[in-house]
Amino acid sequence: MLESVLLTIATAATPLLIAAIGELVAERSGVLNLGVEGMMIMGAVTGFSVSLLSGSAWLGVVAAIVVGAAFALLFGFLTLTLVTNQVATGLALTLFGLGVSGMIGESFVGQPGMRLGVVDIPVLSDLPVVGRLVFGQDPLFYLSLLLTAGVAYFLFGTRAGLMLRAVGDNPASAHAQGISVIGIRYLAVMFGGACAGLAGAYLSLVYTPQWVENMTAGRGWIALALVVFASWRPWRVIAGAYLFGGVTIGQLHAQAIGVAIPSQMLSSLPYVATIVVLVVISQNRRLTMMNTPASLGRPFVPDR
Amino acid sequence: MRIELVKRPQSSPLFSALSPFLALLLTLFAGAVMFLFLGKNPLEALYFFFIDPLLETWSLHELMVKAAPLILIGVGLSVCYLSNNWNIGAEGQFIVGAIAGSILPVMFPGFQTWIVLPLMLLMGVLGGAAYAAIPAFLKARFNTNEILVSLMLVYVAELFLDWLVRGPWRNPEGYNFPETRNFHDFAVLPEIWPDAGRAHWGIIFAIAAALVLWFVLSRTLKGIEVKVVGQSPRAGRFGGFSRARMVIFAFLVSGALAGLAGISEVSGAIGQLRPAISPGYGFTAIIVAFLGRLNPLGIIAAGFVLALSYLGGEAAQISIGVTDKTARAFQGMLLFFVLACDCLIHYRIRLTRTVAARSTEAPAGHA
Repeated sequence: MLESVLLTIATAATPLLIAAIGELVAERSGVLNLGVEGMMIMGAVTGFSVSLLSGSAWLGVVAAIVVGAAFALLFGFLTLTLVTNQVATGLALTLFGLGVSGMIGESFVGQPGMRLGVVDIPVLSDLPVVGRLVFGQDPLFYLSLLLTAGVAYFLFGTRAGLMLRAVGDNPASAHAQGISVIGIRYLAVMFGGACAGLAGAYLSLVYTPQWVENMTAGRGWIALALVVFASWRPWRVIAGAYLFGGVTIGQLHAQAIGVAIPSQMLSSLPYVATIVVLVVISQNRRLTMMNTPASLGRPFVPDR
Repeated sequence: MRIELVKRPQSSPLFSALSPFLALLLTLFAGAVMFLFLGKNPLEALYFFFIDPLLETWSLHELMVKAAPLILIGVGLSVCYLSNNWNIGAEGQFIVGAIAGSILPVMFPGFQTWIVLPLMLLMGVLGGAAYAAIPAFLKARFNTNEILVSLMLVYVAELFLDWLVRGPWRNPEGYNFPETRNFHDFAVLPEIWPDAGRAHWGIIFAIAAALVLWFVLSRTLKGIEVKVVGQSPRAGRFGGFSRARMVIFAFLVSGALAGLAGISEVSGAIGQLRPAISPGYGFTAIIVAFLGRLNPLGIIAAGFVLALSYLGGEAAQISIGVTDKTARAFQGMLLFFVLACDCLIHYRIRLTRTVAARSTEAPAGHA
């Protein structure tokens, strides 16, 4: 029982973690992309349909990553090249993604999908309690942890990561140093899109292998909240993602065993929890002030 | 080839006026390309999408039914966006307004006099405003991100409505369908021309609200305050305007109008509460606000354009068999083009060839 609950918490947390880590990189470069939900749902529909048509779940994953990055490129073109308002453009990306995914997915509604297989290391995965948890999960679970470690190392341990943070904190001086602010922001935004696409594919290939319209159900937005929760620190995103995974799975189990609370109230718990967490974090001004990228959401037009 | 933006000394009045139309044209063009990919005749598809719904009286009425909530919510959002408050949870305020306004006809069906309808509208307004007050208060008091809070509250409102109509408010004589009892005659917002079609008083509320807000924004001190606080909070502080008070004001106005839209829709167009009472009006109204360039008069026109896209989606589904989800894709695309065209107001776009640019680039240019 405990093992299966912990396993499902991991599958609920992994897409949040992947999407939030991607958005964290974009925001560290100073770009606020509110289109995570849109890129994620496009990843979900692409991953589902490509794997079904090609017969390979991995091909679906790759296609979802490409589509997520392509959507982010569109966002980048508008906000970085045409200097449109980032908040409004992100909303447009979400609305557009929800619409297009509904169109593409219409013919796939109700079809059984492919499932990404689990890694199964013999002997080790049969260990009691921790066996399946540590050695027998889906490959993207391991990837999500590697991704977090990689991003943490990149941002705080490499020169390129320092440049990216410089671009997010003070684009004018980064520009004066000869760093291509816009170029770096494009790359960061596209990395965020690729991650959101991957997170979407996780939903439609691992979490619930089927296509349902609007199946992301606000997870893209929760991922955005997680970045704030983590105060733009990669490792803290893991804590946030698993907290939300826990709330999501906890309320599902409570519904299953028939707690005397209406199921709708339980379903709204993750959303309410998001609000509570945001309030608690924002009360601590020192923490947020210290870590928020100083130029988050502000456009930069290089003069020449 | 690279695209280069050259800042205009002043914003261009020509492009401020032209950009929404340019955006519409580009959307139509992109839509034609999309239909071509779907294997449809693009001209025929666009005809069914955007012309056919305008040819019958009943569908003009439907246009007004759909434009009413879009305009009501859109003008409210314009106050928010002009003052730099990002309320994107109007869908939730719409739902809570509808629920609050429905308390009388659902819980006290025996109470039937003429006062019921005005009370319902008032309660809808208060319900929407109260729900919008949550993100506003949290932003003003704790500096909590209003975008995420207002959006999360949409999901909470949807689930709450779902619980109500399946649980305590379910129609006792409704064969277990998840819906409330039908509103009695005193609780129904009347149709304007009952013989001609379904258009109800909601559209009149919408145009009145737009005119009032147009006056407030362009002719009063409050309007100046909204714009100053939005464009430059620092200048607003020097002017003695309080940021916190503006946050509350903007959210209350837009929440109240979204609530009015909600109760008008339920009372005028649906006649009862159901699990789903809005095809995303609260989100589409964001597009309406931007297409109308955040000007209430422009928003009236924009509301009709987006209402047409809803109707066109339905018409195209019936006549040429494209899914009505294309309407959502169209709407998203439209917002992209609106935002992109607004770029022309502040910048001139210059295309330069990369090779030439490199060779003449000054050493200080960015690599």
